[in-house]
Amino acid sequence: MAKNIRDEFERWETSILKKTLSKAAEREPVFKTTSHIALKRLYTPLDTADLDYCDDFGFPGEFPFTRGVQPTMYRGRLWTMRQYAGFATPEETNKRYKYLLEHGQTGLSVAFDLPTQIGYDSDHPLSVGEVGKVGVAIDTLKDMEILFDGIPLDKVSTSMTINATAAILLTMYLAMAEKQGVKSDVLQGTIQNDILKEYAARGTYIYPPLESMRIVTDIFAFCKNHVPRWNTISISGYHMREAGCTAVQEVAFTIADGIAYVEAAIRAGLDVDSFASRLAFFFCCHNTFIEEIAKFRAARRLWAKIMKERFKAKRDESCMLRFHTQTAGCSLTAQQPDNNVVRVAFQALAAVLGGTQSLHTNSRDEAYALPTEDSVRLALRTQQLIAYESGVADLIDPLGGSYAVEALTGEIEKRSMEYIEKIETMGGAIKAIESGYIQEEIAESAYQYQKEIEAKKRIIVGLNQFQVEEQPLKDILRIKPEVEQYQKQKLARVKKERDNAKVREALAVLKRAAEGTDNVVPPILEAVKVYATLGEISDTLRDVFGEYRER
Amino acid sequence: MARKIRVLIAKPGLDGHDRGAKVIARALRDAGMEVIYTGIRQTPEQIASAAIQEDVDVVGLSSLSGAHNNLFPKVVQILKEKKAEDILVFGGGIIPVEDIPALKKAGIREIFQPGASTEDIIQYIRENVKTT
Repeated sequence: MAKNIRDEFERWETSILKKTLSKAAEREPVFKTTSHIALKRLYTPLDTADLDYCDDFGFPGEFPFTRGVQPTMYRGRLWTMRQYAGFATPEETNKRYKYLLEHGQTGLSVAFDLPTQIGYDSDHPLSVGEVGKVGVAIDTLKDMEILFDGIPLDKVSTSMTINATAAILLTMYLAMAEKQGVKSDVLQGTIQNDILKEYAARGTYIYPPLESMRIVTDIFAFCKNHVPRWNTISISGYHMREAGCTAVQEVAFTIADGIAYVEAAIRAGLDVDSFASRLAFFFCCHNTFIEEIAKFRAARRLWAKIMKERFKAKRDESCMLRFHTQTAGCSLTAQQPDNNVVRVAFQALAAVLGGTQSLHTNSRDEAYALPTEDSVRLALRTQQLIAYESGVADLIDPLGGSYAVEALTGEIEKRSMEYIEKIETMGGAIKAIESGYIQEEIAESAYQYQKEIEAKKRIIVGLNQFQVEEQPLKDILRIKPEVEQYQKQKLARVKKERDNAKVREALAVLKRAAEGTDNVVPPILEAVKVYATLGEISDTLRDVFGEYRER
Repeated sequence: MARKIRVLIAKPGLDGHDRGAKVIARALRDAGMEVIYTGIRQTPEQIASAAIQEDVDVVGLSSLSGAHNNLFPKVVQILKEKKAEDILVFGGGIIPVEDIPALKKAGIREIFQPGASTEDIIQYIRENVKTT
């Protein structure tokens, strides 16, 4: 007769294990993940005995998508290698895009500078010193035309990290594509358009939450009819994780935000199955390898259940959590920057083992500045090594069924759900953000993390242990101060050459739509086509919606 | 008995990455200082006014967007114009090493680089602020 696992486990614990522990204690009394989950020494079939294969894991491409969202996963097509890039002028960034595509990148990802993200033109007083610094400066359709010059938009998908001004940048992209002769129904890409997490972390909001949510749902409605293959939102845990929250909090806060968007869209009159399949997600991949893999699997299962059970989605596609991953910027160290290459490789591998749809790998020099051409190529090569040499892309969800991975997947799902239920009792994500709850949770975790590092309870190689005497990294990317002047001159030229009467008329139409209940996206599209500036469009909406101030 | 050191932690410019600023604010508070955090998106004028109004000994500026060369010196300059040059100004964030000499020349007394510990910053403030 087969031996009983429980009896055998107890025998092992009391005989073999006990003998070893009596001679030498383990390194720590308790081993915990970043989410404070106390890890067992060993996971066995006993830890997964309660799980039902068909209900809890299922098969790839099927509800609840624990094992992946596509039936063939990377055997069919590799994840999209999508390096987030943008700096200085559209002219310079266009060159970087062509460089990345030449080296085998398969999708584009646009980083905009802060004035563009917050709705100020390059000549605004608050833009001084910020133009072109953290991304590319876009003032008018003219800049968008330069940014994508010579890039085949019918072949390359484009992701844009843009939130408060997402409607403006999306419509500029559509108008520019039309000029290139590419129809909007073939365009593929993503706008981040996740304003809620901007109040919780990173802070590129303009308008108050409710008015911002109206723009978000207007975009959903517009894209459903005009840009059907576009991901209308990328519900992002990345920035909250970078601001310091744990893996469990990342899943919980992201999905709580996701619930708020679905509710808002349903309230705006949209049928859940008409937009849910265009919702995408964006997560961070940090250092703790197994916890991160489990996190992605847990998020997929949790979202699938919420969509089906709570929102009564009928289509499987509506329940599918598709996501982009970026390795953790906050894990990079300025000390011994070559160590970052190794960190990023492990994080990227975890993202792939977790089933990501697209991936950005950070560069070794990003604790100093935006990456140089050489370092971004090495980051891209890291993905290519995983894809073509490691073999992990040749089978589906290879860690599925691991006792530890499945147990942690279940634990993360359970703990995330507890957070989500708590947020529900507060009235949902918007209320939890307005009350500062989510911000406080993030700040508390960030502080604890820093204290652990300083107390050496958490070892960061090269930072608090294994240090060397070293010189700071040289040869980092610098944004020339002339960029600001160049953008301002170009903007002045556009304003001089355009038909200003048409601009005034377009902005007046937009204002009326904003004051009423009409969808604001079509009038924004008309305004960008006549070269109204990003700042002018944002100011028009500021007049109607007001501005949000941090509490 | 020495009075408590008063610190203003501020985020100049459009950058919203406030993890570092909040961690420092909390650490200084835990070290017994009185700390005011401005929140994000402050102009140099707002920061200088808040520093004077709150009668602080120290201003800590945090920026990760690369706008420090424009924004940090302006804070010092306005403090000087308002006859508050006795307030110690230090900074931190993503700041290339080669920018540090010019920032120091402009009156930012110390720049803390990525990887600096909160202990370093607490110690620096204690050594450089007179509280008697």
